[in-house]
Amino acid sequence: MSEPDHAKDAGGLGPDGLPAGLFGAGTEWLRADGPEGDVVLSSRVRLARNLAGQRFVHKASESDLRLVLDVCRGAIERAGLGERAVWVDLHETGGMGRSLLLERHLISSHLAKGKLGPKRSSEDWPRAVAVGLPGERAGVMVNEEDHLRLQVIRSGLDLADAWRQAGEIDDLVEAEVDYAFSPRLGYLTACPTNVGTGIRFSVMLHLPALRMAGDIDKVKHAAADMSLAVRGFYGEGSEASGDFYQISNQTTLGKSEQQLLEELGERILPEVIDYERQSRRVLLEKRRWQIEDAAYRAFGVLRHARLLGTEESMKLLSVVRLGIAMGLIDQGSTGDVHALMLAVQPAHLQRAAGREMTQDERRVERARLVRTRLAGG
Amino acid sequence: MHEVVVVGGKPAERHLCESCAREIGLVAGAPAPVAEILQKIASGQAPGAGPAAPADTACPVCGTTFTEFKQSGRLGCPECYKAMESQLAPILDRAHQGAVHHIGKVPRRLMREAGEEGRSTEREVALAAAEARAEQIRRLRDDLERAIKTEAYERAAELRDRLRQLHRGAGATGGAP
Ligand SMILES: [Zn+2]
Ligand SMILES: [Zn+2]
Repeated sequence: MSEPDHAKDAGGLGPDGLPAGLFGAGTEWLRADGPEGDVVLSSRVRLARNLAGQRFVHKASESDLRLVLDVCRGAIERAGLGERAVWVDLHETGGMGRSLLLERHLISSHLAKGKLGPKRSSEDWPRAVAVGLPGERAGVMVNEEDHLRLQVIRSGLDLADAWRQAGEIDDLVEAEVDYAFSPRLGYLTACPTNVGTGIRFSVMLHLPALRMAGDIDKVKHAAADMSLAVRGFYGEGSEASGDFYQISNQTTLGKSEQQLLEELGERILPEVIDYERQSRRVLLEKRRWQIEDAAYRAFGVLRHARLLGTEESMKLLSVVRLGIAMGLIDQGSTGDVHALMLAVQPAHLQRAAGREMTQDERRVERARLVRTRLAGG
Repeated sequence: MHEVVVVGGKPAERHLCESCAREIGLVAGAPAPVAEILQKIASGQAPGAGPAAPADTACPVCGTTFTEFKQSGRLGCPECYKAMESQLAPILDRAHQGAVHHIGKVPRRLMREAGEEGRSTEREVALAAAEARAEQIRRLRDDLERAIKTEAYERAAELRDRLRQLHRGAGATGGAP
Protein backbone atom coordinates (compact mmCIF):
# COMPACT_ATOMS: atom_id res chain seq x y z
CA MET A 1 0.00 0.00 0.00
CA SER A 2 1.73 3.13 -1.12
CA GLU A 3 1.12 6.61 0.15
CA PRO A 4 -1.13 8.51 -2.22
CA ASP A 5 0.33 11.37 -4.14
CA HIS A 6 -0.86 14.75 -3.27
CA ALA A 7 -2.09 16.64 -6.29
CA LYS A 8 0.82 18.99 -5.87
CA ASP A 9 3.52 16.37 -5.89
CA ALA A 10 2.10 13.86 -8.34
CA GLY A 11 4.46 14.75 -11.09
CA GLY A 12 2.84 18.15 -11.44
CA LEU A 13 -0.59 19.25 -12.43
CA GLY A 14 -2.04 19.23 -15.91
CA PRO A 15 -3.46 22.42 -17.42
CA ASP A 16 -6.86 21.38 -16.02
CA GLY A 17 -5.50 21.47 -12.46
CA LEU A 18 -5.65 17.70 -12.07
CA PRO A 19 -2.75 15.38 -11.28
CA ALA A 20 -1.05 14.51 -14.54
CA GLY A 21 -1.15 10.76 -13.86
CA LEU A 22 -4.91 10.63 -13.40
CA PHE A 23 -5.88 9.87 -16.97
CA GLY A 24 -3.08 7.48 -17.79
CA ALA A 25 -4.55 4.03 -17.44
CA GLY A 26 -8.14 4.49 -18.54
CA THR A 27 -11.21 4.07 -16.45
CA GLU A 28 -12.91 0.88 -15.33
CA TRP A 29 -16.33 1.53 -16.80
CA LEU A 30 -14.86 1.97 -20.28
CA ARG A 31 -13.55 -1.57 -20.34
CA ALA A 32 -16.00 -3.70 -22.24
CA ASP A 33 -15.01 -7.13 -20.99
CA GLY A 34 -17.12 -7.56 -17.86
CA PRO A 35 -19.87 -10.15 -17.33
CA GLU A 36 -23.04 -9.57 -19.41
CA GLY A 37 -21.15 -6.86 -21.29
CA ASP A 38 -23.57 -6.88 -24.23
CA VAL A 39 -26.14 -5.17 -22.00
CA VAL A 40 -24.33 -4.09 -18.81
CA LEU A 41 -21.67 -1.39 -18.92
CA SER A 42 -20.76 -1.26 -15.27
CA SER A 43 -21.71 -2.06 -11.70
CA ARG A 44 -21.22 0.39 -8.89
CA VAL A 45 -21.50 0.32 -5.11
CA ARG A 46 -21.70 3.49 -3.07
CA LEU A 47 -21.57 3.72 0.73
CA ALA A 48 -22.68 6.88 2.56
CA ARG A 49 -20.89 7.49 5.87
CA ASN A 50 -20.64 10.38 8.34
CA LEU A 51 -18.33 11.10 11.23
CA ALA A 52 -19.77 10.78 14.72
CA GLY A 53 -20.27 14.03 16.59
CA GLN A 54 -19.89 16.22 13.50
CA ARG A 55 -22.62 18.16 11.76
CA PHE A 56 -23.67 16.96 8.34
CA VAL A 57 -22.07 18.80 5.44
CA HIS A 58 -24.80 21.30 4.59
CA LYS A 59 -25.10 22.41 8.23
CA ALA A 60 -21.37 22.42 8.92
CA SER A 61 -19.17 25.48 9.26
CA GLU A 62 -16.14 26.08 7.08
CA SER A 63 -13.99 25.02 10.01
CA ASP A 64 -16.00 21.78 10.46
CA LEU A 65 -15.57 20.92 6.81
CA ARG A 66 -11.83 21.51 6.90
CA LEU A 67 -11.52 19.29 9.92
CA VAL A 68 -13.54 16.51 8.27
CA LEU A 69 -11.38 16.77 5.17
CA ASP A 70 -8.25 16.62 7.23
CA VAL A 71 -9.29 13.67 9.37
CA CYS A 72 -10.74 11.67 6.48
CA ARG A 73 -7.75 12.26 4.25
CA GLY A 74 -5.43 10.41 6.58
CA ALA A 75 -7.85 7.51 6.98
CA ILE A 76 -8.48 7.25 3.23
CA GLU A 77 -4.78 7.44 2.40
CA ARG A 78 -4.10 4.51 4.66
CA ALA A 79 -7.12 2.54 3.40
CA GLY A 80 -5.49 2.06 -0.02
CA LEU A 81 -7.84 2.59 -2.95
CA GLY A 82 -5.58 0.90 -5.47
CA GLU A 83 -1.91 0.48 -6.26
CA ARG A 84 -1.76 4.18 -5.67
CA ALA A 85 -4.27 6.95 -5.16
CA VAL A 86 -4.53 10.57 -6.07
CA TRP A 87 -6.16 13.15 -3.89
CA VAL A 88 -7.82 16.16 -5.52
CA ASP A 89 -8.89 19.16 -3.45
CA LEU A 90 -11.90 20.23 -5.47
CA HIS A 91 -12.15 23.68 -3.89
CA GLU A 92 -8.74 24.36 -5.40
CA THR A 93 -9.52 22.82 -8.78
CA GLY A 94 -10.94 24.87 -11.63
CA GLY A 95 -14.24 24.27 -13.37
CA MET A 96 -12.63 22.36 -16.23
CA GLY A 97 -10.90 19.91 -13.91
CA ARG A 98 -14.13 19.30 -12.02
CA SER A 99 -16.02 18.73 -15.27
CA LEU A 100 -13.45 16.13 -16.33
CA LEU A 101 -13.92 14.26 -13.06
CA LEU A 102 -17.69 14.47 -13.44
CA GLU A 103 -17.61 13.13 -16.99
CA ARG A 104 -15.53 10.20 -15.77
CA HIS A 105 -18.17 9.47 -13.10
CA LEU A 106 -15.59 10.08 -10.38
CA ILE A 107 -17.57 12.85 -8.69
CA SER A 108 -21.24 13.78 -8.58
CA SER A 109 -22.59 16.92 -10.18
CA HIS A 110 -23.33 18.15 -6.68
CA LEU A 111 -19.66 17.90 -5.79
CA ALA A 112 -18.59 19.38 -9.13
CA LYS A 113 -20.73 22.49 -9.10
CA GLY A 114 -23.55 22.12 -6.64
CA LYS A 115 -24.70 24.50 -4.00
CA LEU A 116 -24.53 23.68 -0.34
CA GLY A 117 -27.91 25.08 0.49
CA PRO A 118 -29.98 28.22 0.29
CA LYS A 119 -27.52 30.19 2.40
CA ARG A 120 -24.36 28.83 0.83
CA SER A 121 -23.76 29.39 -2.82
CA SER A 122 -19.99 29.18 -2.70
CA GLU A 123 -18.38 26.79 -5.12
CA ASP A 124 -15.45 26.61 -2.79
CA TRP A 125 -16.56 24.74 0.28
CA PRO A 126 -13.76 22.39 1.37
CA ARG A 127 -14.27 19.10 -0.43
CA ALA A 128 -12.21 16.51 -2.20
CA VAL A 129 -12.11 13.26 -4.06
CA ALA A 130 -9.60 10.43 -3.75
CA VAL A 131 -9.24 8.15 -6.75
CA GLY A 132 -7.57 4.75 -6.85
CA LEU A 133 -5.21 4.07 -9.73
CA PRO A 134 -4.79 2.41 -12.09
CA GLY A 135 -8.27 1.97 -13.47
CA GLU A 136 -10.18 4.39 -11.23
CA ARG A 137 -11.91 1.36 -9.70
CA ALA A 138 -12.39 2.88 -6.25
CA GLY A 139 -12.87 6.40 -5.03
CA VAL A 140 -14.05 8.43 -2.07
CA MET A 141 -15.85 11.75 -2.25
CA VAL A 142 -15.34 13.82 0.90
CA ASN A 143 -17.89 16.44 1.98
CA GLU A 144 -20.47 15.57 -0.61
CA GLU A 145 -24.01 15.31 0.82
CA ASP A 146 -22.43 13.04 3.44
CA HIS A 147 -18.91 13.33 4.85
CA LEU A 148 -17.86 10.23 2.96
CA ARG A 149 -19.20 8.63 -0.17
CA LEU A 150 -17.15 5.52 -0.94
CA GLN A 151 -17.53 4.23 -4.47
CA VAL A 152 -16.31 1.09 -6.17
CA ILE A 153 -16.95 0.29 -9.81
CA ARG A 154 -16.56 -2.82 -11.94
CA SER A 155 -16.94 -3.43 -15.63
CA GLY A 156 -20.07 -5.41 -16.54
CA LEU A 157 -22.38 -7.05 -13.99
CA ASP A 158 -20.28 -7.68 -10.91
CA LEU A 159 -21.93 -6.10 -7.89
CA ALA A 160 -20.55 -8.75 -5.55
CA ASP A 161 -16.91 -7.87 -6.21
CA ALA A 162 -17.66 -4.16 -6.03
CA TRP A 163 -19.33 -4.68 -2.65
CA ARG A 164 -16.42 -6.80 -1.43
CA GLN A 165 -13.89 -4.02 -2.08
CA ALA A 166 -16.21 -1.26 -0.83
CA GLY A 167 -16.65 -3.21 2.41
CA GLU A 168 -12.88 -3.57 2.82
CA ILE A 169 -12.22 0.13 2.29
CA ASP A 170 -15.06 0.93 4.68
CA ASP A 171 -13.52 -1.30 7.38
CA LEU A 172 -10.11 0.32 7.01
CA VAL A 173 -11.51 3.85 7.23
CA GLU A 174 -13.70 2.88 10.16
CA ALA A 175 -10.67 1.50 11.97
CA GLU A 176 -9.53 5.13 12.27
CA VAL A 177 -12.66 7.21 12.70
CA ASP A 178 -15.97 6.78 14.49
CA TYR A 179 -18.92 6.74 12.13
CA ALA A 180 -22.29 8.17 13.09
CA PHE A 181 -24.20 4.96 13.76
CA SER A 182 -27.30 3.99 15.65
CA PRO A 183 -28.17 0.37 16.45
CA ARG A 184 -31.76 1.00 15.43
CA LEU A 185 -31.28 3.16 12.32
CA GLY A 186 -27.82 2.02 11.20
CA TYR A 187 -25.43 4.44 9.51
CA LEU A 188 -26.87 7.93 9.93
CA THR A 189 -26.98 10.02 6.77
CA ALA A 190 -27.89 13.61 5.95
CA CYS A 191 -30.86 12.44 3.93
CA PRO A 192 -33.18 9.97 5.70
CA THR A 193 -33.69 8.10 2.43
CA ASN A 194 -30.11 6.76 2.73
CA VAL A 195 -30.17 5.82 6.41
CA GLY A 196 -29.51 2.20 7.43
CA THR A 197 -26.90 0.49 5.28
CA GLY A 198 -26.21 3.73 3.40
CA ILE A 199 -25.63 1.53 0.40
CA ARG A 200 -26.58 2.04 -3.18
CA PHE A 201 -26.01 -0.70 -5.71
CA SER A 202 -26.37 0.61 -9.22
CA VAL A 203 -25.88 -0.86 -12.63
CA MET A 204 -25.50 0.98 -15.93
CA LEU A 205 -27.51 -0.76 -18.62
CA HIS A 206 -27.75 -0.30 -22.36
CA LEU A 207 -31.38 -0.90 -23.32
CA PRO A 208 -31.82 0.28 -26.93
CA ALA A 209 -33.95 -2.65 -28.10
CA LEU A 210 -36.42 -2.21 -25.24
CA ARG A 211 -36.69 1.46 -26.09
CA MET A 212 -37.25 0.72 -29.79
CA ALA A 213 -39.91 -1.84 -28.90
CA GLY A 214 -41.62 0.78 -26.70
CA ASP A 215 -41.08 -1.27 -23.57
CA ILE A 216 -38.89 1.09 -21.55
CA ASP A 217 -41.85 2.42 -19.59
CA LYS A 218 -42.71 -1.12 -18.55
CA VAL A 219 -39.23 -1.47 -17.11
CA LYS A 220 -39.52 1.89 -15.36
CA HIS A 221 -42.86 1.03 -13.83
CA ALA A 222 -41.72 -2.41 -12.76
CA ALA A 223 -38.63 -0.83 -11.22
CA ALA A 224 -40.73 1.74 -9.36
CA ASP A 225 -42.99 -1.03 -8.05
CA MET A 226 -39.93 -2.76 -6.66
CA SER A 227 -38.73 0.49 -5.14
CA LEU A 228 -35.83 0.82 -7.55
CA ALA A 229 -34.75 4.05 -9.19
CA VAL A 230 -34.06 4.47 -12.89
CA ARG A 231 -31.67 7.29 -13.73
CA GLY A 232 -29.86 8.62 -16.77
CA PHE A 233 -26.24 8.34 -17.85
CA TYR A 234 -25.02 11.09 -15.57
CA GLY A 235 -27.05 10.12 -12.55
CA GLU A 236 -29.62 12.01 -10.59
CA GLY A 237 -31.76 14.23 -12.73
CA SER A 238 -29.94 13.49 -15.96
CA GLU A 239 -31.55 12.35 -19.18
CA ALA A 240 -31.31 8.76 -20.32
CA SER A 241 -28.66 9.74 -22.79
CA GLY A 242 -28.40 7.29 -25.69
CA ASP A 243 -30.50 4.54 -24.08
CA PHE A 244 -28.16 4.17 -21.10
CA TYR A 245 -30.00 3.70 -17.84
CA GLN A 246 -28.83 3.24 -14.27
CA ILE A 247 -30.99 1.03 -12.09
CA SER A 248 -30.42 1.14 -8.36
CA ASN A 249 -31.97 0.31 -5.01
CA GLN A 250 -33.76 3.02 -3.07
CA THR A 251 -34.47 1.18 0.14
CA THR A 252 -31.56 1.26 2.59
CA LEU A 253 -33.28 0.44 5.88
CA GLY A 254 -34.42 -3.01 6.92
CA LYS A 255 -32.56 -4.98 4.26
CA SER A 256 -28.99 -6.15 4.58
CA GLU A 257 -26.39 -5.40 1.95
CA GLN A 258 -26.38 -9.08 0.99
CA GLN A 259 -30.15 -9.14 0.64
CA LEU A 260 -30.14 -6.08 -1.61
CA LEU A 261 -27.25 -7.51 -3.61
CA GLU A 262 -29.12 -10.76 -4.23
CA GLU A 263 -32.38 -9.02 -5.01
CA LEU A 264 -30.86 -6.71 -7.57
CA GLY A 265 -27.95 -8.73 -8.90
CA GLU A 266 -29.43 -12.18 -8.96
CA ARG A 267 -33.13 -11.68 -9.43
CA ILE A 268 -34.08 -8.34 -10.94
CA LEU A 269 -31.17 -7.50 -13.24
CA PRO A 270 -30.95 -10.92 -14.91
CA GLU A 271 -34.59 -10.46 -15.85
CA VAL A 272 -34.05 -7.00 -17.29
CA ILE A 273 -30.98 -8.21 -19.19
CA ASP A 274 -32.93 -11.15 -20.53
CA TYR A 275 -35.79 -8.87 -21.54
CA GLU A 276 -33.39 -6.66 -23.53
CA ARG A 277 -31.82 -9.69 -25.21
CA GLN A 278 -35.22 -11.05 -26.17
CA SER A 279 -36.10 -7.69 -27.72
CA ARG A 280 -32.85 -7.79 -29.68
CA ARG A 281 -33.68 -11.29 -30.96
CA VAL A 282 -37.12 -10.13 -32.02
CA LEU A 283 -35.58 -7.17 -33.82
CA LEU A 284 -33.21 -9.51 -35.61
CA GLU A 285 -36.00 -11.87 -36.68
CA LYS A 286 -38.67 -9.36 -37.60
CA ARG A 287 -36.86 -6.16 -38.51
CA ARG A 288 -33.44 -7.36 -39.55
CA TRP A 289 -33.01 -4.89 -42.44
CA GLN A 290 -34.38 -1.92 -40.55
CA ILE A 291 -32.06 -2.50 -37.62
CA GLU A 292 -29.02 -3.19 -39.75
CA ASP A 293 -29.81 -0.07 -41.77
CA ALA A 294 -30.20 2.01 -38.61
CA ALA A 295 -26.86 0.77 -37.25
CA TYR A 296 -24.97 1.53 -40.47
CA ARG A 297 -26.67 4.89 -40.89
CA ALA A 298 -25.59 5.85 -37.40
CA PHE A 299 -22.09 4.64 -38.18
CA GLY A 300 -22.13 6.60 -41.44
CA VAL A 301 -23.19 9.83 -39.78
CA LEU A 302 -20.50 9.46 -37.11
CA ARG A 303 -17.95 8.61 -39.79
CA HIS A 304 -18.74 11.57 -42.04
CA ALA A 305 -20.56 14.33 -40.15
CA ARG A 306 -18.90 17.74 -39.93
CA LEU A 307 -20.88 18.95 -36.91
CA LEU A 308 -21.83 16.83 -33.91
CA GLY A 309 -23.51 17.70 -30.60
CA THR A 310 -22.91 15.70 -27.42
CA GLU A 311 -26.43 14.36 -27.17
CA GLU A 312 -26.59 13.50 -30.86
CA SER A 313 -23.26 11.68 -30.61
CA MET A 314 -24.47 9.65 -27.65
CA LYS A 315 -27.64 8.62 -29.50
CA LEU A 316 -25.67 7.55 -32.58
CA LEU A 317 -23.04 5.73 -30.52
CA SER A 318 -25.83 3.91 -28.72
CA VAL A 319 -27.19 2.57 -32.02
CA VAL A 320 -23.70 1.62 -33.19
CA ARG A 321 -23.10 -0.17 -29.90
CA LEU A 322 -26.29 -2.14 -30.45
CA GLY A 323 -25.17 -3.00 -34.01
CA ILE A 324 -21.82 -4.27 -32.74
CA ALA A 325 -23.37 -6.23 -29.87
CA MET A 326 -25.84 -7.87 -32.27
CA GLY A 327 -23.07 -8.75 -34.70
CA LEU A 328 -24.50 -6.53 -37.45
CA ILE A 329 -21.54 -4.17 -37.67
CA ASP A 330 -18.16 -5.78 -38.13
CA GLN A 331 -16.08 -2.66 -37.55
CA GLY A 332 -14.96 -1.52 -34.14
CA SER A 333 -15.72 -2.96 -30.70
CA THR A 334 -17.96 -1.98 -27.83
CA GLY A 335 -14.75 -0.82 -26.11
CA ASP A 336 -14.13 1.65 -28.96
CA VAL A 337 -17.69 2.92 -28.58
CA HIS A 338 -17.23 3.39 -24.82
CA ALA A 339 -14.03 5.33 -25.39
CA LEU A 340 -15.89 7.64 -27.77
CA MET A 341 -18.77 8.08 -25.32
CA LEU A 342 -16.27 9.69 -22.97
CA ALA A 343 -14.24 11.48 -25.63
CA VAL A 344 -17.28 13.37 -26.98
CA GLN A 345 -18.13 14.88 -23.59
CA PRO A 346 -17.40 18.63 -23.55
CA ALA A 347 -14.55 18.73 -21.02
CA HIS A 348 -12.78 15.67 -22.44
CA LEU A 349 -13.11 17.08 -25.93
CA GLN A 350 -11.52 20.35 -24.87
CA ARG A 351 -8.82 18.56 -22.94
CA ALA A 352 -7.91 16.49 -26.02
CA ALA A 353 -7.85 19.64 -28.15
CA GLY A 354 -5.75 21.41 -25.55
CA ARG A 355 -7.88 24.53 -25.47
CA GLU A 356 -11.23 25.89 -24.36
CA MET A 357 -13.85 26.12 -27.07
CA THR A 358 -17.28 27.62 -27.59
CA GLN A 359 -20.19 25.27 -28.14
CA ASP A 360 -20.05 25.81 -31.91
CA GLU A 361 -16.32 25.14 -32.02
CA ARG A 362 -16.87 22.00 -29.99
CA ARG A 363 -19.37 20.65 -32.50
CA VAL A 364 -16.79 20.98 -35.27
CA GLU A 365 -14.03 19.48 -33.13
CA ARG A 366 -16.26 16.64 -31.90
CA ALA A 367 -17.11 15.63 -35.47
CA ARG A 368 -13.45 15.79 -36.43
CA LEU A 369 -12.39 13.64 -33.48
CA VAL A 370 -15.06 10.98 -34.03
CA ARG A 371 -14.33 10.89 -37.76
CA THR A 372 -10.62 10.42 -37.21
CA ARG A 373 -11.07 7.70 -34.60
CA LEU A 374 -13.57 5.76 -36.70
CA ALA A 375 -11.30 5.97 -39.72
CA GLY A 376 -8.94 3.86 -37.65
CA GLY A 377 -6.65 6.81 -37.05
CA MET B 1 -50.08 2.80 -7.47
CA HIS B 2 -47.12 3.91 -9.49
CA GLU B 3 -44.50 6.30 -8.31
CA VAL B 4 -42.11 6.70 -11.18
CA VAL B 5 -39.17 7.97 -9.28
CA VAL B 6 -36.99 9.43 -11.93
CA VAL B 7 -37.99 10.24 -15.42
CA GLY B 8 -35.16 12.26 -16.93
CA GLY B 9 -35.64 15.55 -15.16
CA LYS B 10 -34.11 18.69 -16.56
CA PRO B 11 -30.84 19.54 -14.86
CA ALA B 12 -31.83 23.19 -15.02
CA GLU B 13 -32.81 24.01 -11.45
CA ARG B 14 -30.46 21.76 -9.54
CA HIS B 15 -30.99 21.02 -5.92
CA LEU B 16 -28.38 19.56 -3.66
CA CYS B 17 -29.63 16.04 -4.03
CA GLU B 18 -32.28 15.91 -6.66
CA SER B 19 -33.41 12.34 -6.28
CA CYS B 20 -33.74 12.56 -2.54
CA ALA B 21 -35.45 15.88 -2.84
CA ARG B 22 -37.87 14.52 -5.38
CA GLU B 23 -38.41 11.43 -3.33
CA ILE B 24 -39.60 13.38 -0.38
CA GLY B 25 -41.47 15.86 -2.47
CA LEU B 26 -39.36 18.94 -2.59
CA VAL B 27 -38.91 19.56 -6.29
CA ALA B 28 -41.74 21.40 -7.94
CA GLY B 29 -43.61 19.35 -10.49
CA ALA B 30 -42.36 16.03 -9.17
CA PRO B 31 -44.35 13.45 -7.23
CA ALA B 32 -44.57 14.71 -3.71
CA PRO B 33 -44.52 11.79 -1.29
CA VAL B 34 -43.65 13.92 1.73
CA ALA B 35 -46.39 16.41 1.13
CA GLU B 36 -48.56 13.41 0.38
CA ILE B 37 -47.50 11.62 3.53
CA LEU B 38 -48.13 14.67 5.67
CA GLN B 39 -51.52 15.11 4.07
CA LYS B 40 -52.42 11.49 4.67
CA ILE B 41 -51.34 11.74 8.26
CA ALA B 42 -53.65 14.73 8.69
CA SER B 43 -56.56 12.78 7.23
CA GLY B 44 -55.63 9.64 9.15
CA GLN B 45 -54.87 7.29 6.25
CA ALA B 46 -51.20 6.59 6.58
CA PRO B 47 -49.29 4.41 8.98
CA GLY B 48 -48.29 6.43 11.99
CA ALA B 49 -51.42 8.46 11.56
CA GLY B 50 -52.00 10.64 14.54
CA PRO B 51 -52.67 14.21 15.43
CA ALA B 52 -51.39 16.89 13.08
CA ALA B 53 -47.65 17.55 13.07
CA PRO B 54 -46.49 18.68 16.51
CA ALA B 55 -44.97 22.08 17.11
CA ASP B 56 -41.69 22.65 15.35
CA THR B 57 -38.99 21.08 17.48
CA ALA B 58 -35.39 22.11 16.97
CA CYS B 59 -32.47 19.72 17.28
CA PRO B 60 -30.68 20.61 20.53
CA VAL B 61 -27.29 20.06 18.91
CA CYS B 62 -27.47 21.80 15.53
CA GLY B 63 -30.71 23.77 15.76
CA THR B 64 -32.28 22.31 12.62
CA THR B 65 -36.07 22.35 12.75
CA PHE B 66 -38.48 19.98 11.06
CA THR B 67 -39.72 22.85 8.90
CA GLU B 68 -36.15 23.46 7.74
CA PHE B 69 -35.80 19.76 7.02
CA LYS B 70 -38.95 19.80 4.91
CA GLN B 71 -37.46 22.64 2.87
CA SER B 72 -33.95 21.28 2.39
CA GLY B 73 -34.58 17.54 2.60
CA ARG B 74 -31.51 17.20 4.78
CA LEU B 75 -31.00 16.80 8.49
CA GLY B 76 -28.35 18.86 10.25
CA CYS B 77 -26.53 16.28 12.34
CA PRO B 78 -26.80 12.70 13.63
CA GLU B 79 -28.72 13.91 16.70
CA CYS B 80 -31.53 15.22 14.50
CA TYR B 81 -32.74 11.63 14.13
CA LYS B 82 -33.49 11.57 17.87
CA ALA B 83 -34.82 15.12 18.07
CA MET B 84 -37.28 14.62 15.21
CA GLU B 85 -37.97 10.95 15.74
CA SER B 86 -41.74 11.13 15.65
CA GLN B 87 -41.94 13.47 12.66
CA LEU B 88 -39.43 11.40 10.70
CA ALA B 89 -41.14 8.08 11.40
CA PRO B 90 -43.73 8.29 8.60
CA ILE B 91 -41.11 9.52 6.15
CA LEU B 92 -38.77 6.65 6.96
CA ASP B 93 -41.71 4.28 6.76
CA ARG B 94 -42.56 5.51 3.30
CA ALA B 95 -39.00 5.70 1.99
CA HIS B 96 -38.04 2.25 3.23
CA GLN B 97 -41.19 0.25 2.66
CA GLY B 98 -42.21 0.09 6.29
CA ALA B 99 -38.82 -0.95 7.67
CA VAL B 100 -38.03 0.50 11.09
CA HIS B 101 -34.84 -1.29 12.06
CA HIS B 102 -31.39 -1.50 10.53
CA ILE B 103 -30.33 -4.91 9.29
CA GLY B 104 -26.84 -5.37 7.93
CA LYS B 105 -23.34 -4.18 8.51
CA VAL B 106 -22.30 -2.81 11.90
CA PRO B 107 -19.08 -0.83 12.36
CA ARG B 108 -16.26 -3.31 13.00
CA ARG B 109 -15.01 -1.49 16.07
CA LEU B 110 -18.40 -1.77 17.69
CA MET B 111 -18.33 -5.49 17.04
CA ARG B 112 -14.79 -5.84 18.33
CA GLU B 113 -15.48 -3.87 21.45
CA ALA B 114 -18.56 -5.96 22.00
CA GLY B 115 -16.48 -9.14 21.81
CA GLU B 116 -16.70 -11.97 19.33
CA GLU B 117 -20.12 -13.10 20.46
CA GLY B 118 -21.41 -9.57 20.33
CA ARG B 119 -23.30 -10.06 23.59
CA SER B 120 -25.90 -7.38 23.98
CA THR B 121 -24.63 -6.00 27.29
CA GLU B 122 -21.13 -5.61 25.85
CA ARG B 123 -22.51 -3.94 22.80
CA GLU B 124 -24.35 -1.51 25.05
CA VAL B 125 -21.07 -0.67 26.73
CA ALA B 126 -19.32 -0.19 23.39
CA LEU B 127 -22.14 2.03 22.19
CA ALA B 128 -22.02 4.09 25.35
CA ALA B 129 -18.27 4.58 24.85
CA ALA B 130 -18.79 5.64 21.23
CA GLU B 131 -21.56 7.99 22.33
CA ALA B 132 -19.26 9.52 24.96
CA ARG B 133 -16.62 10.17 22.28
CA ALA B 134 -19.22 11.78 20.02
CA GLU B 135 -20.41 13.97 22.90
CA GLN B 136 -16.83 15.08 23.54
CA ILE B 137 -16.43 15.93 19.85
CA ARG B 138 -19.63 17.96 19.90
CA ARG B 139 -18.48 19.94 22.94
CA LEU B 140 -15.03 20.64 21.53
CA ARG B 141 -16.57 21.60 18.21
CA ASP B 142 -18.80 24.21 19.86
CA ASP B 143 -15.81 25.55 21.83
CA LEU B 144 -13.88 25.79 18.58
CA GLU B 145 -16.66 27.74 16.85
CA ARG B 146 -16.74 30.16 19.79
CA ALA B 147 -12.96 30.55 19.71
CA ILE B 148 -13.08 31.34 15.99
CA LYS B 149 -15.88 33.88 16.51
CA THR B 150 -13.98 35.68 19.23
CA GLU B 151 -10.78 35.49 17.18
CA ALA B 152 -9.01 33.50 19.87
CA TYR B 153 -6.81 31.84 17.30
CA GLU B 154 -4.34 30.17 19.61
CA ARG B 155 -7.16 28.55 21.50
CA ALA B 156 -8.77 27.56 18.18
CA ALA B 157 -5.60 25.87 16.94
CA GLU B 158 -5.33 23.96 20.18
CA LEU B 159 -8.96 22.84 20.01
CA ARG B 160 -8.54 21.81 16.41
CA ASP B 161 -5.60 19.61 17.33
CA ARG B 162 -7.57 17.97 20.10
CA LEU B 163 -10.51 17.37 17.79
CA ARG B 164 -8.25 15.80 15.20
CA GLN B 165 -6.74 13.54 17.81
CA LEU B 166 -10.15 12.63 19.12
CA HIS B 167 -11.33 11.61 15.64
CA ARG B 168 -8.15 9.78 14.74
CA GLY B 169 -7.43 8.34 18.14
CA ALA B 170 -10.84 6.76 18.25
CA GLY B 171 -9.51 3.60 16.65
CA ALA B 172 -6.67 3.21 19.11
CA THR B 173 -8.95 2.83 22.10
CA GLY B 174 -10.60 -0.19 20.52
CA GLY B 175 -7.29 -2.03 20.29
CA ALA B 176 -5.81 -2.41 16.82
CA PRO B 177 -6.14 -5.88 15.31
ZN1 LIG C 1 -29.78 12.57 -0.79
ZN1 LIG D 1 -29.15 18.12 14.54
